[in-house]
Amino acid sequence: MYLGEAGSSSNRMKSVEEKNDEPIRKTLSALIVDDDALIRKVHLTILKSLGFVAQVASNGKEAVDVFRSGANFDIVFIDMDMPIMNGIETTKALRAMGVNCKIVAVTSRGTDVEMEDFVQAGVDFFHVKPLTVAKVIPFVERLQK
Amino acid sequence: MERNQLRRQLAVMRQSLFDQGFLDEQFIQLEELQDDANPNFVEEIVTLEKSPLDFNKLDSYMHHIGAKKVKAESTHFREYCKAGNAEGCLRTFQQLKKEYTTLKKKLEAYFQMARQAGPKEIAGRSK
Repeated sequence: MYLGEAGSSSNRMKSVEEKNDEPIRKTLSALIVDDDALIRKVHLTILKSLGFVAQVASNGKEAVDVFRSGANFDIVFIDMDMPIMNGIETTKALRAMGVNCKIVAVTSRGTDVEMEDFVQAGVDFFHVKPLTVAKVIPFVERLQK
Repeated sequence: MERNQLRRQLAVMRQSLFDQGFLDEQFIQLEELQDDANPNFVEEIVTLEKSPLDFNKLDSYMHHIGAKKVKAESTHFREYCKAGNAEGCLRTFQQLKKEYTTLKKKLEAYFQMARQAGPKEIAGRSK
């Protein structure tokens, strides 16, 4: 379980790309699930700045429908408090469907109870908002391996 | 007003927002996401045109834009509410509204000047 700050914002992709012996890096795909348009915009911009191809869903049901349509992603960033289907319910549903990509809970509060519920639902990582470039970079490295 | 002078004033205004504790590092994170493809990204995110009626949403917004003083009052408010301290709740809520209104005015003035200054208006990434 990964939690907390991933390092300073100076650890940008640029330092990795400069290495000559790096293998070709694949384009990573992400799904952002959050009912707040402002948050979706911020997270979308962060992910795009790191080279992700990203899609958004405004609630858990939309996220489930996206996967049901046949879409696949390398990683999902999911909020907790959403209408229709919250983050925990959505995570459970996705795992029950056989979705095995990385799921990162990104919530406002980060209480112990919430973390525990999310872990039991099948989330892989947990971050307290706001999501930042520094928090996402370790996932990029992990997913590229 | 001459553009360079405007940009200098803008930089001073921006620095004062940090020096006076209105903004923190998170605001810089937003600025770093702004580029030619998203030239008005920061203003779009930060413009506080809507009046959030939901405290949790307000709290979330303030965390995302780096509104330091508003975040602090928001935390105090939560703590008093959790403790069941009605007087404390009311006092901090009033302070929270005050800080929110102050920040909103300052940021509106900042972005108005930024629009007048034109592109590359966010001079100097240093805090």
